[in-house]
Amino acid sequence: MYSRAYKTAVTIPPLLWVTVFLLVPYAILFCYSFWSVSAAQAIVHNWNLQNYLQLARNPIYLQVLFRSMRVAASVTVLALLLGYPLAYYLSFHAAKRKDLLYQLVIIPLWASYLVRGYAWKTILGSDGVLNGFLQYLHITHRPVEFFLYSPFAVIITLTHIYTPFTLLPIYASLEHIPRNLVEASHDLGASPWSTFCRVILPLSLPGVLAGATFAFVLTLGDFLAPLLVGGPSGIMISNVVVSLFGAAYNWPLGAAISFCMMLLVVTLLFITERLEERLALS
Amino acid sequence: MTEAAAHAAVSASAAAVATPILSIRQVIKRFGQRPVLRGITLDVASGEFLTILGESGSGKTTLLRLIAGFEDLDSGEIWMGAERLDRIPAHRRQVNTVFQSYAIFPHLSVFENVAYGLRAKFTPKSEIPERVTKALAMVKMDEFAQAAPAKLSGGQQQRVALARALVNRPRVLLLDEPLSALDANLRRQMQVELKSLQREVGITFIFVTHDQEEAMALSDRVALLRAGLLEQVAPPREIYGGPATAYAAQFIGQTNLLRTEVRDGIASAGSITWRTFGATGTATYSLRPECIRLVAESASVPSADATTARFRGCIRNQSFGGAMDLIEIDCGGAHTIRARIASPGILTGEREFEFTANDAVRVREGEPD
Repeated sequence: MYSRAYKTAVTIPPLLWVTVFLLVPYAILFCYSFWSVSAAQAIVHNWNLQNYLQLARNPIYLQVLFRSMRVAASVTVLALLLGYPLAYYLSFHAAKRKDLLYQLVIIPLWASYLVRGYAWKTILGSDGVLNGFLQYLHITHRPVEFFLYSPFAVIITLTHIYTPFTLLPIYASLEHIPRNLVEASHDLGASPWSTFCRVILPLSLPGVLAGATFAFVLTLGDFLAPLLVGGPSGIMISNVVVSLFGAAYNWPLGAAISFCMMLLVVTLLFITERLEERLALS
Repeated sequence: MTEAAAHAAVSASAAAVATPILSIRQVIKRFGQRPVLRGITLDVASGEFLTILGESGSGKTTLLRLIAGFEDLDSGEIWMGAERLDRIPAHRRQVNTVFQSYAIFPHLSVFENVAYGLRAKFTPKSEIPERVTKALAMVKMDEFAQAAPAKLSGGQQQRVALARALVNRPRVLLLDEPLSALDANLRRQMQVELKSLQREVGITFIFVTHDQEEAMALSDRVALLRAGLLEQVAPPREIYGGPATAYAAQFIGQTNLLRTEVRDGIASAGSITWRTFGATGTATYSLRPECIRLVAESASVPSADATTARFRGCIRNQSFGGAMDLIEIDCGGAHTIRARIASPGILTGEREFEFTANDAVRVREGEPD
């Protein structure tokens, strides 16, 4: 079919790209995780497992990791709760409004992440829009402090940012459901609600899984939202990595954490992919 | 059937039956500005096999979808007994549909697909296995009960779709071109099975197809739909023998359409003339190719009587068709007649042909009224 030269020509660039920009940096990172930092702040190439042992012994790292996973799980659940109904409405009932609404979902993705982060800062702050509104309605009498600089703020902000990422794969899987299956279900006597539970939801599960994976993995690795709105109690694992590579100047420990994170995410992706395959098969 | 009798039968318009299970009254449906059904009135008798026949775009599938409840009608009524069917949602109608593309649930086993309707209607759990197994046995799919639908062939999925609908014991079963995706052999086999299945279960079938042979082979009655209007509703033999319109004559089987001038009880189309009871004026007649006979070339042949018409023509083309040959006869002017004659041998030159005058059926031209 295709000539050998053609095949080589299309294979080499992506291979090169992956090698130079992914594999080599990962390899370097991996090496770093076995080195250490001397008292004089120099990287010492003495191979050992100190960094990994420190992660296991010092509870602070595991605490932050668990907090990050809790935040990621919360964002995932909220993004699904917000994204699924909208995706369902878009796919099945929006009719003429479909294109417009779809664009409205997409457009926020064009706005800078930072802008959206700062926007939430303005909304949630003690002089912010939300507190102002609550006081105006006499629901509260002084600013509610936990709105900003808390895990709550991180969850709200990241839910806002990652809901479209959850919505899109769900929408795609809903669009793929042949409409005559829905008609067949009604035809066989199932009410709209029963049809949703027994046909639409099961057939959209691959999309739900993909969307949930997006939200979870992206949140787990996020460091900007905690930085902007998280405060000390909202610190997440990526912030620890950032500080280790920056001010704390402990690249080896940072590399070890990064590597554990990567392992966690890859395992997660592997499991969800398997699940998706099984769902697609049945 | 005589011409007069044929007209009488058509004008009675078989659209009304004594005890209809389904009554479609003045149904109109538009998609946007485009009218799809322009006033359909049709009664369906209990237990009959009715075929809605039409070209693509004639509105036949839309009519079926209106009965199933997948579309809302713009005006008119659909009644099932004393119940106004078009006012209740699809899932509460006692009709089931076999979809053109089967619409088998891909995430459920064959068994669960068939059980779907029973579970949806909260049938007692103890009843379900027996009814599902029986339905699957009826379509010879019982050994596939635990199979995943993706592993089935088109024909097998078709059978599952049939079982899934019939297990609910619907009052009317709607079939939307269910055989069109099957290959020719399987299709013929399924036609036979479908017909015997219908006799066995005694459920009213409304079958939609664009295939006139299928319609003729299966149906008790055919409703011929053309551009959103019913052209003729009658048993297939009746439509074939006494088509009401030129369109019906051409759509159901092959025919010769003769544009004639009728005067003093004689119809003439070019050199061909025959006696008719039809009114004076211009008229179109349909003459089936197999109604034409070859006149032997010997002196002993008696001359034609008043009920027989004879004409001469040149053999233009003869194609061998096994039992019957198709012969094109050039009768001069613009008249080419096609005849279907049993083993005539090889014909050449000019020959004489005849037909019984009553076999030429007067038909209406143009749109149905």
